[in-house]
Amino acid sequence: MIELSAKGSNGLLAKRYASETRFRAYGAIALALTTIFLGFLLYDIISKGWPAFFESHSSIEIKIDPEKVGASDIANSDFAAIIKQSVREQFPDIQSREDKKTLASFISQAAGDDLRNMVLAKPELIGQTVKADLLLSAEADLYYKGLIDTDDKPLLDKFKAKLPVSQSISWRFWTNGDSREPELAGLLGAIKGSLFTVGIAILIGLPLGVFAAIYLEQFARRNRWTDLIEVNINNLAAVPSIIFGLLGLAMFLNFFGLPRSAPVVGGLVLALLVLPTIIIASRAALRAVPPSIKEAALGVGASQQQAVFHHVLPLALPGILTGTILALARAFGETAPLLMIGMVAFIADVPQSPTDAATVLPVQIFLWSDLPELAFKSKTAAAIIILIGILMLANALAIYLRRKFERRW
Amino acid sequence: MNQMSTARATEKNTQMVGERSTRISARKVNIYYSEKHAIKDLSIEIPDRSVSAFIGPSGCGKSTFLRAINRMNDTIDGCRVDGEVRLDDKNIYDKDVDVVQLRSHVGMVFQKPNPFPKSIFENVAYGPRIHGLAKNKTDLEEMVVASLKKAGLFEEVKDRLNSPGTGLSGGQQQRLCIARAIAVNPEVILMDEPCSALDPIATARIEELIDELRQNYCIIIVTHSMQQAARVSQLTAFFHLGTLVETGDTNTMFTNPQDKRTQDYITGRFG
Repeated sequence: MIELSAKGSNGLLAKRYASETRFRAYGAIALALTTIFLGFLLYDIISKGWPAFFESHSSIEIKIDPEKVGASDIANSDFAAIIKQSVREQFPDIQSREDKKTLASFISQAAGDDLRNMVLAKPELIGQTVKADLLLSAEADLYYKGLIDTDDKPLLDKFKAKLPVSQSISWRFWTNGDSREPELAGLLGAIKGSLFTVGIAILIGLPLGVFAAIYLEQFARRNRWTDLIEVNINNLAAVPSIIFGLLGLAMFLNFFGLPRSAPVVGGLVLALLVLPTIIIASRAALRAVPPSIKEAALGVGASQQQAVFHHVLPLALPGILTGTILALARAFGETAPLLMIGMVAFIADVPQSPTDAATVLPVQIFLWSDLPELAFKSKTAAAIIILIGILMLANALAIYLRRKFERRW
Repeated sequence: MNQMSTARATEKNTQMVGERSTRISARKVNIYYSEKHAIKDLSIEIPDRSVSAFIGPSGCGKSTFLRAINRMNDTIDGCRVDGEVRLDDKNIYDKDVDVVQLRSHVGMVFQKPNPFPKSIFENVAYGPRIHGLAKNKTDLEEMVVASLKKAGLFEEVKDRLNSPGTGLSGGQQQRLCIARAIAVNPEVILMDEPCSALDPIATARIEELIDELRQNYCIIIVTHSMQQAARVSQLTAFFHLGTLVETGDTNTMFTNPQDKRTQDYITGRFG
């Protein structure tokens, strides 16, 4: 009888199985480690960034004194002083100058502006007592969220005992530009800057890259020149991104005199940066289309261009789109080249057009991470969450487009 | 017995030459792939309204020459063609010949069925559409239906003209490719091993179709199967190492080859 169980083999079989088991174990360990690292990273960022999406408020009854607020001159009235006065009145036992100052510092500068806007919208409020919503400063905010311990603890506790403190979603974080005051700093400027920059990179990089790829792959004859170009494109894909920033500085700013810190220049630089990647991805996608399809088209008398645009390109499109979106996701997270062209400045205004000074999300993260105020720590983490979220959306879009356009042959 | 069939073949051969005019004639054709000399000094006359088969071992140049007839080699870098290939009286390698125009007269069917990943209708309609052959939509529909009928596929697909051509079976796909080729009204159809990817039943179906099509077209078929050449063709050309060894009436070629190499190949001694 033939021995088919493992007993029948010499020791070799056991060794082979042992080796296979080992290999599987290595794989499982690697996977587990990656998962742990990723999980830790996400946990750390989300737990740090989460509080930044909320802000602390307090509310107080304020009498809009017609003596202090002229009906014709609401815009120039000192609402901050009115608020300060009202808050002090709530705490008659606080007498020392030092403590009064500290008490006032719990209220954000924006509270006065908020009140002014309220009265501007409804001038009939003058002379009445209104319930004003006070945005608290970063220090008070962090304390009430339980994130810091401070010397002003007794005062903060007293404040909270008298005036109710509540937390709500911080819309300012989405609608403001950058600010020196942590509770007012928002991401809209950086997000718009990023959208302008990447938008321009798409507008320039996508058509240039795809048409270059089509030409090189489908029309150009192979000769010394096309070989040279190919080698150079492959090399360019590996050039460190900061070099592209230097190129942008020398060419777009110094030579062409385009504005500093502007998304239009950032977009041009990023377009150069992603061009090689787009060309390589598009060429690979075009090459993956079976040549028989093109031959079939040529065989019925299609011109070269018709064969490419009617048959080859539609089949290569999912691959081209995927490669392009991944390249642009990379551009979206790019920081170094944009530092070189001055997109690293502190810019409080939200850019209205691609030629306005702006910064981008990753640079904003870099800037905030550098600031000493504790509150910016969680703002930094929150900005990272948003950046990662946008990148995930881009990848999801890439997968969706690939599925949608994919055709089998 | 052998003598009898030879006699019959000779008879048929003389008839053929009498009936059919020459459609394609090649004179001293040399084809090079960069340094490689793929076709050497080839001259051949191919009759109209008949099937001509190119046979020979792999790499002998039969497909290369076939592709020279509608200038598909133009797309290959480093490929060069010398000599002349005349379609009727026009040398297709003349400067004023437009390849797009040429290919609408000389259609091609490939080794592997290669329908476009579009609907059956679109596959056939593509050629007439780019050449502007149809005046309007109904015209185009008629042309598609007529081509599918000629390719013997219409009955099988008439209810699903809008389903993808790639969903058909291999044999149906190849007939779809034939329909696509004849939709632009070519005079010549080149077939590069059209049955090599098909099972015997689908092959038989295609062979029948080729036999029908020969009434109206000049068909050239490259094949590895000598039985197929014997079954479908009237003229056979044997290629070996880039040269045309022998050409003649199919029956004569298979029963009484003149060249030793032809005889060896046909009897299966090499190849």
